[in-house]
Amino acid sequence: MATLVSHPDEVKLLSSRFGKGATSIDKYIELDGYTAVRKAIELGPEGIIAEMKASNLRGRGGAGFPTGMKWSFVPKQSAKPKYVLVNGDESEPGTCKDRLIFEHDPHSVIEGVIIAGLAIGSRMGFIYLRGEYRYLLTIMEKAIEDAYAKGFLGKGIFGSNIDFDIISHTGAGAYEVGEESALMESLEGKRGIPRIRPPFPAVVGLYGGPTIINNAETLATVPHIFRIGAAEYAKIGTERNGGTRLFALSGDVAKPGVYELPMGYNLKKMIYEVGGGIPNGRSLKAVVPGGASCPALLPTEIDIGMDFDQVAKAGSMLGSGGVVVVDDTVCMVEFALRTMKFYAHESCGWCIPCREGTDWLKKTLTRFHAGAGVAKDIDNIRYLAQNMLGRTFCPLGDAAAMPTIAFVDKFRKEFEDHLDGKPCPYAHQPEAALAGV
Amino acid sequence: MSTESKTIFSPALAARFDRLVTLYPLRRSALIPMLLYAQDEVGYLSDAVIGEIAARIEITELEVRNVISYYSLLHTKPGGKYHVQVCTNISCMLRGGNELLAHCKQRLGIGNKETTADKVFSLEEVECIGACSWAPAVQVNYDFHENLTPELMDRVLEDYRAKS
Repeated sequence: MATLVSHPDEVKLLSSRFGKGATSIDKYIELDGYTAVRKAIELGPEGIIAEMKASNLRGRGGAGFPTGMKWSFVPKQSAKPKYVLVNGDESEPGTCKDRLIFEHDPHSVIEGVIIAGLAIGSRMGFIYLRGEYRYLLTIMEKAIEDAYAKGFLGKGIFGSNIDFDIISHTGAGAYEVGEESALMESLEGKRGIPRIRPPFPAVVGLYGGPTIINNAETLATVPHIFRIGAAEYAKIGTERNGGTRLFALSGDVAKPGVYELPMGYNLKKMIYEVGGGIPNGRSLKAVVPGGASCPALLPTEIDIGMDFDQVAKAGSMLGSGGVVVVDDTVCMVEFALRTMKFYAHESCGWCIPCREGTDWLKKTLTRFHAGAGVAKDIDNIRYLAQNMLGRTFCPLGDAAAMPTIAFVDKFRKEFEDHLDGKPCPYAHQPEAALAGV
Repeated sequence: MSTESKTIFSPALAARFDRLVTLYPLRRSALIPMLLYAQDEVGYLSDAVIGEIAARIEITELEVRNVISYYSLLHTKPGGKYHVQVCTNISCMLRGGNELLAHCKQRLGIGNKETTADKVFSLEEVECIGACSWAPAVQVNYDFHENLTPELMDRVLEDYRAKS
């Protein structure tokens, strides 16, 4: 459904089967599918984890935690069953990459889940898709059914003595469920309220058993690592940031789309060459480099490599790889307000700093943008956000606070221009539409 | 509860639910998918739907309602046959999501979270639906419509109107 794009700088691993009919299991096999899992069976748990560590693959959900290390935290012996859980709740504004994986290459996710299961000695995996992705659930269900029919799932997979089952599962609309502990709660049929940690999911997770939770892109990458070899895979990226990543370019850019580029690819080049620059003769005002929770970068700050370490050094985060490009016609107060409206809507309400903080920030920003702001509001917005940081049960509070602090610090003049009863001086959209009358 | 018992669902859905509750290590794991599938068939989560699902999962109706209120796709009131969900989150906003929402309100003559008098359309401003690179985007029930303009939106609405 979603349109595919292409650029010569792309290195196509994850996207190598996009548009080639690989939802069919026979096509997937023809395109080198289900070869990685056979290698993994031969390697055994320790061999798999060693390869994963050598690949320098880091989690594609946002935090960038080394995947091999995450898997190694699962205890070898466990009284309770162990589980693999795929996070396909893709809901971070600016992010639409997992959708393409499920749509075009569902078997790569299945293969990744089996390999993860082999690594930790699990017999069951779950693929959790956000409720809005119904057509992808249908694709995933068919793929799982076909894998059972071939003997790749079920009893004695690939002729081994190992059993493995996969269940696909739908959510019903909740950003917060993308947080790993809330995801487990949701899969257990409850409200998506985060759990206190420790214990971490690797020790006490789903149904109380040791669980590894990985983003869909992370697990879809795994078969490619075993197919080409961990050393080859690591070589594609930068130091401690192995491989490629699906970057979703959106916003004020000439050629939006999902592009697979090596980790460390230059952000400026990504916007101006891969994305074709800023359309309509406008110029760049800001870039949100990794989804809505990542602090915006100024045009002077984008000559950086897009890997976890370099973006962190620039004061932001690589996040989920959703690159949102903002041109000079946009009011950054309105942008900050829309971002906060989202977090206030999605806060689960469990802990006070997040529930109250996002709501007060939304109210203050709404009033401020409408022209009823006073000078002290600007510092108050920053102060409120600052006081949420690190004081919430889960990272949603931080995700709301971090971009807000950056909006105030980097676009203070735009805030000041809204003072003294002035209507939004940057308005290019009717206020009525924003207020949602 | 088995398919032979009294059910308000179609035989196919009742059979699906019979299987679903046995699939997971914990019966309750089937709750959220069941609520969504029931809503797809019945149109909304009526008292009768909630009652039967609570019985099937073997939890109280209160626990079911507690879960429903958390998830934004689950509704306890009927909407239109076609639920028009307009994304206005950042990527869509930058490419005209707000204008698209205003246009839908004007065309359908209803506000956010309202239903047309003939019950054909309901409208909702929604958060990111995962169509950022193809913005602005709208979901009508589960179908995505992307790279929209007000003119293209009119065509989308006309197509659904013709089907209704």
